[in-house]
Amino acid sequence: MIGRRGKSISRREALKTTIAGFGAVAAGISFGRTAFAAEEPKLNFYNWDTYIGETTLDDFKGVSGIEVNMSLFADNDELFAKLKEGNPGFDLIVPTNDYVTRMIEADMIMPLDHSKIPNFKKNISPLFQSPDFDKDRKFSMPYMWGTMGIGYRKSRVNGPITSWKTMFESDEYAGRIAWLSESRTMLGIVGMYMGHGMNAVDPVLIDAAADLLIKQKPHVKVIAEDNGQDLLLSGEVDLTIEWNGDILQVMAEDDDLDYVIPQEGSLIWQDTLCIPKGAPHPNNAHAFINYILDAEAGAKIAEFIYYATPNLAARELLGDDYNKNPAIFPPDEVIAKCQSALYLGEDLQGAYETAWTRMQAA
Amino acid sequence: MEHWRRYPRVFWTVLSAPTFWLAVFFIIPLTLIWVYSFGEKRGIVDIEITGTLANYIRAFEPVYLQIFTKSLWIAIVSTFICLAVGLPVALTIVYAPKRWKPVLLMLVILPFWTNLLIRTYALIAVLRTRGYVNFGLEWLHDQALWLFQLVGMGPIGIQLLGERFEPLEMLYNNGAVIIGLVYVHLPFMVLPLYAALERLDRSYLEASLDLGAGQLRTFFLIIVPLAMPGIVSGLIITFIPVLGSFLTPDLLGGPDSTMIANIIERQFKSANDWPFGAALSFLLMYLTFGALALRAYLTRGKGGGLEA
Repeated sequence: MIGRRGKSISRREALKTTIAGFGAVAAGISFGRTAFAAEEPKLNFYNWDTYIGETTLDDFKGVSGIEVNMSLFADNDELFAKLKEGNPGFDLIVPTNDYVTRMIEADMIMPLDHSKIPNFKKNISPLFQSPDFDKDRKFSMPYMWGTMGIGYRKSRVNGPITSWKTMFESDEYAGRIAWLSESRTMLGIVGMYMGHGMNAVDPVLIDAAADLLIKQKPHVKVIAEDNGQDLLLSGEVDLTIEWNGDILQVMAEDDDLDYVIPQEGSLIWQDTLCIPKGAPHPNNAHAFINYILDAEAGAKIAEFIYYATPNLAARELLGDDYNKNPAIFPPDEVIAKCQSALYLGEDLQGAYETAWTRMQAA
Repeated sequence: MEHWRRYPRVFWTVLSAPTFWLAVFFIIPLTLIWVYSFGEKRGIVDIEITGTLANYIRAFEPVYLQIFTKSLWIAIVSTFICLAVGLPVALTIVYAPKRWKPVLLMLVILPFWTNLLIRTYALIAVLRTRGYVNFGLEWLHDQALWLFQLVGMGPIGIQLLGERFEPLEMLYNNGAVIIGLVYVHLPFMVLPLYAALERLDRSYLEASLDLGAGQLRTFFLIIVPLAMPGIVSGLIITFIPVLGSFLTPDLLGGPDSTMIANIIERQFKSANDWPFGAALSFLLMYLTFGALALRAYLTRGKGGGLEA
């Protein structure tokens, strides 16, 4: 910088002004989303993978002229993280029951206008009209429900699979087991195996569950992120913990696979349709929800994805191999042993997560 | 190119676009995350910036140190393998005939143009139980058994090799993660090495060989010290991304292969603890800065135009 000529700017000064300028710009940048003025015939649908009928989106476009743009997420945490800092433009999301509680508390979803969803009162079973996590269905509409259990390859196991012990406390199938990578769900199921239930609030119990998993970890081949059924199908593992519909979808391709809910009971979950706050096309979203709750559309979805539908009218259109399938509709005594996951507050959520991290590190 | 000071206005106009990009897409978001690292969670979605160091202190708990040590270890091994493989490759390209140099360089760079996810899935298809390596080994196994039977030593063959081929478990363990990391980051190592070796004065090598040193001695005593700045650059450019990689351990790793970036990802997703995730990320950043500072310190006296 020695011997500067009068006109030229020194590098240091230029850098200072640039940073000052950008600082001002950054301070002024707002991260709000602008709502669209009029509703164009589009819908941004944020859904799980393999969780819609084969032709549902095209059929809906044919009926209503609204084009549905579907994006995928792998688990509720991804959905929550995406929406946490503001809605990036999604109109319809599919959270599970405990995340509906969380989102209602965090003020992330908008109340539904039941007058735009007449199919709800008409078609949905009375059991799903007013659940504990959303009384009178103010914020959510039922989509599918199901269970979690063990998918396994019949020819490679030594006998009937009856207990979670095979997955959590036994080396019988060492190196051929897959777990699911969801911390809250897995620790909850271990809780059910250990007898203290899915929704333990005592950190001692949570740590005990993690310790059990740490002991079993050497026998596990992979902790899969929602693709356990693919690993089962390709022969990479012989037993996996997965959602019932995922296992049923691969059972359709391979007769050697089967699904069981162990005797200690398991998770029973319900997925719902919600409209996040700041959705650009809420009217289209209501129309799509009503379409999904229609009898025929619902039947087409259910028979493609193999999950249990709460839609009685849709069930009437489907045959016995759907309605009497024990993996889709477990007998009442099995359902009695299952528990739902509850949202226990941020602190306990963090405690579950820390316990899982401890398991991963060990 | 003239010295920039003679045409300052042109200089600043041209520089404005990359500066804007750097500021808006890099500096500002990173500053936001840095500010988060001093914050705390409030309720479900809010973060309050309280200037607390609690997140950094929490990052030094045994659980996280354990994972960090494991990540460091995997990163060091992968980087070392990259160096061991990359140095001969770079040397080959440097001493290849002129016609072949662009082609060989292209072969090294081409994987960069393929999506990382696809490359990793391709590795899964190769390494898994019913993957190509195991298919190949199974074929070899069956051929060997057949040969044994041909010669009349069937039972001995079965005893040696086993009646059924047991596939190798090459996926879902730390080995797979290291293979994946080396595969993905090899170009990061080869290119700086190539740049450094290309600038090497051949007359030094000729002199060394003339004076009686063998090929290997020449390599270790002449080539490596002269190319050291390039080697250090390559090491840093490879080590830092490997340490922070999360896709490869996520897809290829087993239950034991959690690396620090996976934990950071979990903080931003399942744990919903952005301040802690920000603190962990920035600890990696500080490490990067430290490494670069160390490199600058080590090569400070060594001017002489051989920077890579």
